Amino acid sequence: MLTNQIGYYSIILGLIFSVLIFITSLKDLKNIKILNKKIFFLSFFQFFFVLLSFIALIFLFISSDFGNEIVFSNSHSTKPIFYKIAGAWGNHEGSLLLWLLVLTLFIFLFLLNSKNQPIKYRILTLVYQQIIIIGFFLFILLTSSPFNYLYPIPTEGLGLNPILQDPALAIHPPILYLGYVGSSIVFSASLAATTQNYISKAWAKNIKIWILISWIFLTIGILVGSIWAYYELGWGGFWFWDPVENVSLMPWLCLTALLHCVLVLEKKSLLSSWIIILSISTFILSVSGTFLVRSGVLNSVHTFANDPSRGIFILVFLFILILFSLIIFFFFKKENKDEKIKIFWLSKDTFILINNWFMMYFLSVVLIGTIYPIFLEVLSNDKISIGPPFYHKLIIPVLIPFLILMSFSQSLSWFKSKIDKINVKLILVFIISIILSFSIAKIAGSKNLYNSILVSASLYLFLVSIKDFFNRYKSYAQSISHFGFSLLILSILLNGILSTEVTANLKVGEKFIYKEGSIEFSSIKSYQKNNFKSIVGLFKIEDKKKNYVELEPELRIYNQPITITSEADIKTTIYSDKFLVMNKVKGDDYFNVRYQVKPFMIWIWISTFLLAFGGSLSLFRRINEK
Amino acid sequence: MKNKFILPSLIIFFTFCFIIFYNSLENSNSYIPKDDFDTKLPIFNSKDFFSKKEISSQDLFVDNDYYILNIWASWCAPCRKEHPELMKLSKNSSIKIIGINYKDNLKNAKKFLNDLGNPYSTILIDDDGTISIELGAYGVPETFIINKQNKIIQKFRGALNTESIEKINLILK
Amino acid sequence: MKFLKFLIILVFIFNTAYSNENRSELINKISKNIRCLICQGQSVYDSNSDFALSVKLVIGKKIDQGDSEKEIYEFLEKKYGEWITYDPAFNKKTFILWTLPILLFLIGGAIIFRKVNVQK
Repeated sequence: MLTNQIGYYSIILGLIFSVLIFITSLKDLKNIKILNKKIFFLSFFQFFFVLLSFIALIFLFISSDFGNEIVFSNSHSTKPIFYKIAGAWGNHEGSLLLWLLVLTLFIFLFLLNSKNQPIKYRILTLVYQQIIIIGFFLFILLTSSPFNYLYPIPTEGLGLNPILQDPALAIHPPILYLGYVGSSIVFSASLAATTQNYISKAWAKNIKIWILISWIFLTIGILVGSIWAYYELGWGGFWFWDPVENVSLMPWLCLTALLHCVLVLEKKSLLSSWIIILSISTFILSVSGTFLVRSGVLNSVHTFANDPSRGIFILVFLFILILFSLIIFFFFKKENKDEKIKIFWLSKDTFILINNWFMMYFLSVVLIGTIYPIFLEVLSNDKISIGPPFYHKLIIPVLIPFLILMSFSQSLSWFKSKIDKINVKLILVFIISIILSFSIAKIAGSKNLYNSILVSASLYLFLVSIKDFFNRYKSYAQSISHFGFSLLILSILLNGILSTEVTANLKVGEKFIYKEGSIEFSSIKSYQKNNFKSIVGLFKIEDKKKNYVELEPELRIYNQPITITSEADIKTTIYSDKFLVMNKVKGDDYFNVRYQVKPFMIWIWISTFLLAFGGSLSLFRRINEK
Repeated sequence: MKNKFILPSLIIFFTFCFIIFYNSLENSNSYIPKDDFDTKLPIFNSKDFFSKKEISSQDLFVDNDYYILNIWASWCAPCRKEHPELMKLSKNSSIKIIGINYKDNLKNAKKFLNDLGNPYSTILIDDDGTISIELGAYGVPETFIINKQNKIIQKFRGALNTESIEKINLILK
Repeated sequence: MKFLKFLIILVFIFNTAYSNENRSELINKISKNIRCLICQGQSVYDSNSDFALSVKLVIGKKIDQGDSEKEIYEFLEKKYGEWITYDPAFNKKTFILWTLPILLFLIGGAIIFRKVNVQK
């Protein structure tokens, strides 16, 4: 009860600090020195109170205080302590509080980190950020307070959806939010810089840190989400083009474009308008994502409790943000004389523009694919589904020129390069990659021409990035990230092309023999665990080459709430994953068994990690530079 | 470059998006297929529930003016609820009720009929659910009204209620 | 340009064999593109609901009858509406969906082309 009160009033205090920041910024605008100090403290206290309220919420979850409404509906006393804590942000209200916590933390860190920047720019960033922060405070207080209490106090909670009881998913939302919220700093800072006409090389240096932070966390957040889908959902896939996944991919694409583009600004103070547009769009896409996910207008596997009043709030908030940024952009953005200068075509700048071009194309495909059904339904009352085939048809063909152009760009320098620099070695690498890819196609029993060309292109990029890696000593960060990206594309393609699967209905003692080997269902056991009953099957699998594996997939019957989940058993090696999942066939002794061999699965995770690792190296270098 | 028209048109564009999303909040996000009436009943073969003889739908829907096709299962609770309505309808001799027993255990199904009565003139077995797919059904229970020309003229998804019974009586008149 | 020719020739040399997909692969392929009606947001391939299991059986039956992939999609669309396929057809409802991204791509290309100087 007391903790509840502390949590609730801390939020209100936090909101009051927002208002205070507004008032003092306006009042003391002339006396900047004093203001600077004041604001620093105000934003620290704001962060402190939000943190206090968040800690109160975690405490309520740990102590299983079912007098709190969201503890009651999302937790259970038998739940392991780790998931009790994770339960604090595993629901709508708690996750918003987490958003707010990161928002206030980041703006505080921004103030700490930007001491060498113009004071007016810093303060304006803070003020713009407060608009977002106030929006979230109001959202929490008006529509989704995490501190509503119940009376009489229930003795037991309803439990957390077992599919969410997974370590990867417990850390997934916080990481993703760090990414989303990082982009909010980029948003406010770019608007502040526009107002102050401070879009310059120095600004680019400062903001790049935040772009990197946001990008790194988004990358890892998406990675963890995919890992969760792969290990927990039990379908053997890691990316389903589900609307909720798309929503996290969109800001990532936008941010990736921005990350490259800001380099041009830093080196040559070009493209400033475009950079502002990208900065604004990234955050707008993040908030739109929250709208689409939380309002329930999307049709997705990932179900969230939805409430129309919340949807309306976020929608109005989003609309205000868009209007606000449009007005600032159109009234304050000064024309830059340098912008008129054309870029020489064989330079790094051109290829960064091309990178942006492709990123925007991918973004438009994902965005249109995600929201088109919503528009169509409102306008014509027709319902359609847009799924993997749509995205594959529009994205994969464009991947071929994208990969080839990207591999060319690696050897270019700023300003001007000469054509003869593109040398014989590269052509040799090109031929090698074609031969390799067709040999792979042959081994795999050659599916089609299209795949072979795709693999050639990505192999080429891969080999060029390896070559690049040994050639250059300047920027390891960039080489690692690009190498990671090429490896990612290559492993996704090979994984997609070379994966095989068999399905069979088996009962204990039966053996299923197919073209490539055999699966034997040798035994079944059941255990009673703390909050679920577990049924484990033992399968012996042998392939043509007499390779033998034992896999033990599991069915879990959770008691609170009653749900059956299917846990796949996965044996991972550096070459491939062996993935087996079983499901009960209704009213029978039979189990439906799906066995998949997925080559290079682990490389998808490793390469995405490398991508983010490259980004982190770059981030540390930048922080140390100062 | 900064054209006078860009800002207003962007604002109009975003307002348009706002209106669309605002309206989309009211739409339900669960999908129910649109009912497409006047489609011909597909031809299917199955076994009779009691005699286990092969029956073709062509031999079944011949002389009557109206048929009611009802997909049911003993494990389905709404089926149990709507059963009395079917019993009442079966008293009307001008119609024939044909049952499709969906993915059921034969013993339980027989017990179900013994307990609650058998309104069906014929019951066909659909143990793998494929006949229901042919009929365009996706759950149990579902009820179809079929006319003399073997066309589906009405569909009810879920248990029959008083409203749907009224509709049926209106058609039968 | 010589290079491209070389590439094309290579492609044809290596790509003579087209394997025909066998039955279960085809079922998987089709069921991945069919949306499950009662477990919204999952494909029939991924779902274990009664509906999804029956649809998989029906797809198998249709293949045995000699129906083509396209005919199977058409059959299911006729029964359950366009919503059931993940791959929206190109028609008057969806032409914006298919063409808008491509249009944006072309516009983006044009903008870059204007921005870039080809001469020294």
